[in-house]
Amino acid sequence: MSAPSGPSGGRLSRGTTILLLSPVLALLGFSLFWPVANLVGRSFFDEGFTLEHYRFVYEQPLYWRVFGRTFWISVWCCVLALLIGYPVAYAMARTTGWRGVVVAACVLVPLWISILVRSYAWIFLLQRNGVVNDVLRDLGIIERPLRLLYTEGAVLLAMTHVLLPFMILPIYATLRGIPRDLEKAARNLGAGPFRAFWTVTLPLSLPGVSAGVLFVFILAIGFYITPALVGGPRTLMIGTLIAQQVTELLNWRVAGAVSMILLAITLVITIVFQRALSIEKISGNA
Amino acid sequence: MAVRDVSLQVRAGEFLSLLGPSGSGKTTLLMMIAGFEFPDGGRIDVGGRDITRLEPNLRDIGMVFQRYALFPHMTVSENVGFPLRMRRLPRAEIKRQVSEALAMVRLSGFENRRPDQLSGGQQQRVALARATVFHPPLILMDEPLGALDKKLRDQMQIEIKSLQRKLGATVIYVTHDQQEALAMSDRVAVMNHGVIEQLSTPRDLYNEPESIFVADFVGDTNLVPGKVVALENEIATLDAGSGLTVRGRVSHASAATLSVGQAATLSVRPEHVRLLDRGAVPDGALSMKREQEIYTGENVAIVGALANGAGFRVHQAVAAGTVTHGEEWLDVVWAPGDARVFAGGGTP
Repeated sequence: MSAPSGPSGGRLSRGTTILLLSPVLALLGFSLFWPVANLVGRSFFDEGFTLEHYRFVYEQPLYWRVFGRTFWISVWCCVLALLIGYPVAYAMARTTGWRGVVVAACVLVPLWISILVRSYAWIFLLQRNGVVNDVLRDLGIIERPLRLLYTEGAVLLAMTHVLLPFMILPIYATLRGIPRDLEKAARNLGAGPFRAFWTVTLPLSLPGVSAGVLFVFILAIGFYITPALVGGPRTLMIGTLIAQQVTELLNWRVAGAVSMILLAITLVITIVFQRALSIEKISGNA
Repeated sequence: MAVRDVSLQVRAGEFLSLLGPSGSGKTTLLMMIAGFEFPDGGRIDVGGRDITRLEPNLRDIGMVFQRYALFPHMTVSENVGFPLRMRRLPRAEIKRQVSEALAMVRLSGFENRRPDQLSGGQQQRVALARATVFHPPLILMDEPLGALDKKLRDQMQIEIKSLQRKLGATVIYVTHDQQEALAMSDRVAVMNHGVIEQLSTPRDLYNEPESIFVADFVGDTNLVPGKVVALENEIATLDAGSGLTVRGRVSHASAATLSVGQAATLSVRPEHVRLLDRGAVPDGALSMKREQEIYTGENVAIVGALANGAGFRVHQAVAAGTVTHGEEWLDVVWAPGDARVFAGGGTP
C-alpha cells in the first residue's frame, strides 16, 4: 500500500515530530519492546546461547497441530469475513441518508462492546442448553442437544463475528474513495451492472481488501480471548498455548520461543501478501 | 433539479448545447438521455429507437463526464479500448481502432501511460477518444471543459468542434458557460427551472432573445424596467421613472401581447450603447452616472447608474478610443432598433 502524500506545506520539522512522538515511543518502549525483547532473550539464552527451547517446540507434535489449526482457522476466518464483509462494505458505501446510518451502526456498535461480552454471547447461544439447541429441539430437527461449543466451528464462527469490522472498515473506506462516475462511465461504455463492478469497482477496491485481509489474519493468528472461551481446551490455538505456558506452567522460555515463531510467521505472511496484492500489481493486471 | 415538459428534437450531425444556470435541469436531462435517471413520463428516441427505459449499457451513447471519469487502473489504450472490449470485438480489431481513435485526438505514443501521468488536456482527449471509439450515433458531454484553465479551454473548444465535424457525430453538450455554448453550437437550448426557455442558433439567441431571462443570461445586458407609454412601428416607448424615457424594438415574443399602459422591460447590450461628446445631445439621449471603469484589454466597461437608479454599463472598444474625460455624468444613447422590449417588469 502506498502512503498518501500529504500537503508539503503542513510538514513538521524533524524536532517537532520527535517531540510529538516521544510520549508514545516511551510508552511502547517500556510496555512493549522491553518485555518482548526480554521474552525473546529468554527463549535464546539459558546460561549461554541455546536453541534448546526451539527444539523442544519443534519436537512436540501437539505444538505442530496447534500451529496448523491456528493457521487454518485464521485463513478461513479471513475468507468468511471477506465473503460476508465485502457486500456489507459495498452497501455501506452506496447507501446514503438514514439507511446508511443504520448499516454503519450495525457494523460499528459491536466494536463498542467488549470482546469478552461478545464471546460469552456465543457461549450462551451454542452451549448444551443454549438458544440454538433449544430451537432445533423445539422444531423437532434434533432429539438430543448437539455439541456445538468447544469445536473448531464455534471458534471460527465467533472469531469471524468479532473480527468482521476490521474487514469491513478498510474496504468501506476504499469504496467510498472511488468516484461514482467511474461506475457510470463503465455502464455508459457498454458494461452491464456486474461487469462494471468486476472490471472497475472491484479492482479499485483491492487495496482495501488487502488491508482488511491482513488486519483480520494478523489479529486472528494471535487471538486469545475468543478461542480460549469458545474453543475450550480441545481446540487450542497459539494464543491460548502461550498463555498456558506462562500462567500454568511458568515456562517463560518456551512461551518466548512460541511467540517468536508466531512473530516470524506473521511477518513472512504480511510480506508475501503485500507483494502479491500490491496496488501496482493489481493495476498492471487489469 | 427537476425537468418539466421538455420537448427537444436534435438533428443528426448537429452540435446542440444545453445552457443554463446550475439547477436548471440541464444535467438531469442529460442523465435521462444517458440512462442514469428516468423520466416520469414521455419518450426518448435515438434514431427512431425508443430508449426511455433501456439500461445505460444498451443505449450505444457516448459520454464525456465532467471530471473525465477515466479508469485510473487502466492505461490510455485500455481506457479507450474498454467500450470495444465490452462489445467483444476481436483483439486485433480493438488494437487497430484504439490507435485510430488516439491518432484522431493526437495522442499516438501515449498508449501505455496511465491517466495520472497525463495533463488535464490530455486526459480530456483520452475521454473524447473513449467516448467516440465505438462510433455512437450520439455523444453527450457534461461540462467537459469545466476543470481546464481558460487558454486550454479555448483550444479544446476548437478541438472538440473539429473532431465532431470529422466524425459527423451528433453532440449534446451541457454547459453553464454562455460563451462556450455560443462558440461551439449549431443550436443552443437555454434552460431555466426545468424548462427550455429558448432554442435557437447562437446568433438568434444573442440578437433576438425571447425572454428577459435569456437576454440577461446570454451575454451582458442592461435591463431598464418601466411602463409602455407609446407603441408605433414595433418601437415601444417606456416611461422608466424619474423623467426617463427609453425606446426599443418590441421583441418577437412580446409582439402579440404588449400594449400601452403595461409594465415592460427594455434590454440593451452594453456594446450597443454610445457615449456622446459634450454639447451634442440628440433626441433620446440619457444621462448616466459614472461609478467605475473596468479595463479588460479589448474593452473598457463603464459601470454606473441611470437617473432612476437602475444599474447601467457601457462597453467601449479600446481600439475605438475612449471618450470619457473623468466627468461624473455622461450622455449615452442607443439606436432603438438595437434594444429589445419585453412584456413584464423587473429582473427575472
